[in-house]
Amino acid sequence: MNRTLYGNLIFELSKKGRKGYSLPQDYDRTHTTAELPEALRRKEAARLPECDELTVVRHYTNLSHNNFGVNDGFYPLGSCTMKYNPVINEEIAAMKAFAGLHPLQPAETCQGALEVYYNLQQSLAELAGLSEFTLNPCAGAHGELTGLMVIRAYHESVTVPEGSPEGSHEGSRTKVLIPDSAHGTNPASAAVCGLEVVEVKSLADGTVDVDHLRQLLDEMGDQVAAMMMTNPNTLGIFEPRVLEITEMVHKAGGLMYYDGANLNALLGECRPGDMGFDVMHINLHKTFSTPHGGGGPGSGPVGVRKGLEQFLPYPRVTRPTPDPSRQGGAELRIVTAPANERSEALPLTGERGEGLSIGSFFGNYGVMLKAYAYILSLGRENVKMVGPLATLNANYIKESLKDDYLLPIEGLCKHEVVFDGLVDKSTGVTTMDVAKRLLDYGYHAPTIYFPLLFHESLMIEPTENESKETIDAFIDVMHRIAAEAKSDPELVKSAPHNTPIGRVDDVLAAKQPVTTYWKSIEA
Amino acid sequence: MANFESGLYYSESHEYVRVEGEYGYIGISDYAQHALGNVVYVDMPEVDDEVTAGEEFGAVESVKAASDLIAPVSGTVVEINESLDDEPELLNKDAFANWIIKVQLSDPSELDNLMDVEAYKKHCE
Repeated sequence: MNRTLYGNLIFELSKKGRKGYSLPQDYDRTHTTAELPEALRRKEAARLPECDELTVVRHYTNLSHNNFGVNDGFYPLGSCTMKYNPVINEEIAAMKAFAGLHPLQPAETCQGALEVYYNLQQSLAELAGLSEFTLNPCAGAHGELTGLMVIRAYHESVTVPEGSPEGSHEGSRTKVLIPDSAHGTNPASAAVCGLEVVEVKSLADGTVDVDHLRQLLDEMGDQVAAMMMTNPNTLGIFEPRVLEITEMVHKAGGLMYYDGANLNALLGECRPGDMGFDVMHINLHKTFSTPHGGGGPGSGPVGVRKGLEQFLPYPRVTRPTPDPSRQGGAELRIVTAPANERSEALPLTGERGEGLSIGSFFGNYGVMLKAYAYILSLGRENVKMVGPLATLNANYIKESLKDDYLLPIEGLCKHEVVFDGLVDKSTGVTTMDVAKRLLDYGYHAPTIYFPLLFHESLMIEPTENESKETIDAFIDVMHRIAAEAKSDPELVKSAPHNTPIGRVDDVLAAKQPVTTYWKSIEA
Repeated sequence: MANFESGLYYSESHEYVRVEGEYGYIGISDYAQHALGNVVYVDMPEVDDEVTAGEEFGAVESVKAASDLIAPVSGTVVEINESLDDEPELLNKDAFANWIIKVQLSDPSELDNLMDVEAYKKHCE
């Protein structure tokens, strides 16, 4: 990138009065803000950069070359499931028939779009072993919050058996059990939902300490609204006692929530519903290939087991039972029935009822289209390969690297593997240094310093997408970095050397963040 | 390698208490600052706040992670180490010299639940 000409920041390129458009001469007369109340009118012009169009295009095109995504190279960011987003997903999501829809369009004019929503929720229900999904939540944590609200609504609806102490009701269940190895969003979502977090200890191998769980349930079982769990857990280890855990929590009257962050490990192999989970969310932007990073958009559908459907948020897409006397009632078509029969005659209705709503309309619809395209592209047979291949790739990396990188937990992992830094820490090279050095070799860094159970966590998730050649090349580079850490530790500690920007001062960035740029505006 | 100072009381979550009369100076151990890495922010309670043994009283944020501070003993905060507001990195420079809060102990018998330096060393292994 020619930084002198095209700048690090668009503001650096601004020249007062320069613009890339011309307006009709009488524009100011016809477009005036005079009708707006005084209080809403700007006193001075917004401080926006002023540039010609070609400069703007070059600036952003050059910047885009500094980007790194799954389409550029291997992106083993643990816990994030950085899958390839197939091109067909984008083609379908860009179809005008979908992209041009308005969220307030009458249901009869968007039957196809509603059918995608309906079919996707059914596909997810089948893959998860649950009864029904809402696709409305816009991300994983949003899904967690929605799921917990569903759980709270369920407890509040349960009538208390006669003879219970006065003042007690199921709605008074306010505690959520969360393993100490959980994703930070779990306790955060519980807190936002007004519930109280109780930490469940993990054993040395990162799995739930069932004895501690039992002790907690003995102490406060009648106050437990739910337990949140990820399986496999944040260390990529399958919880061997999951059936026992779900049974214990159910016996105490609580519900089981499944955090779908790590669902990719299980996809096609086993189902959260079969493990005894009642409510879960799925990250479409992880398990179902839709793009993420850079803030989204994501999608975090929430599914529930039979009996909890009525607590799902609105709006919903439903298919009324076809009336056998009406010909073709189950077919999807645009029905031009008289207004009073319209809702009955429509095979799919977008209900906008009272009750829980958790966002705008049906959520991030474009993401759903991509996920649905992905599921249909894979088909029933191939979707079964996802979990096993992702698991095979992670274990291949684990076994190949464990001589150089400290493996704290022996045995099989699932879709991701966590190392605790280098085996040889004598030269002082840290996980951070290894991650930075990987950038020099053209790889995205793995997740570092998470999970918090180890001091030098290095978490690698290859996904099922990668070829053996790519994974072998990555393993070679990891060995090479381990060798460099011995022979030339300074080289690793001062990495990266081949990137547009070298080692940044993350302490200064955290202590004195500069988030605005004003300097050259007046120039 | 981490330093261990004798004469202090240590908790499993790596806080220490230095007892002087009826007061306790609470901070994080050298082992803890080492594990956290470069500290960029320390969230402290206010003077006169009550802290309860086993409960959170603040947080330490590093470039790696944010960690809750768990009170090793109960008491009333009589002083906070204000220099940590501007220079949180003091915890990295000398975690034992730079205590975080000073409390008036409400139940000195709680100290019996904490570890001495030898036991704490073992805990960190």
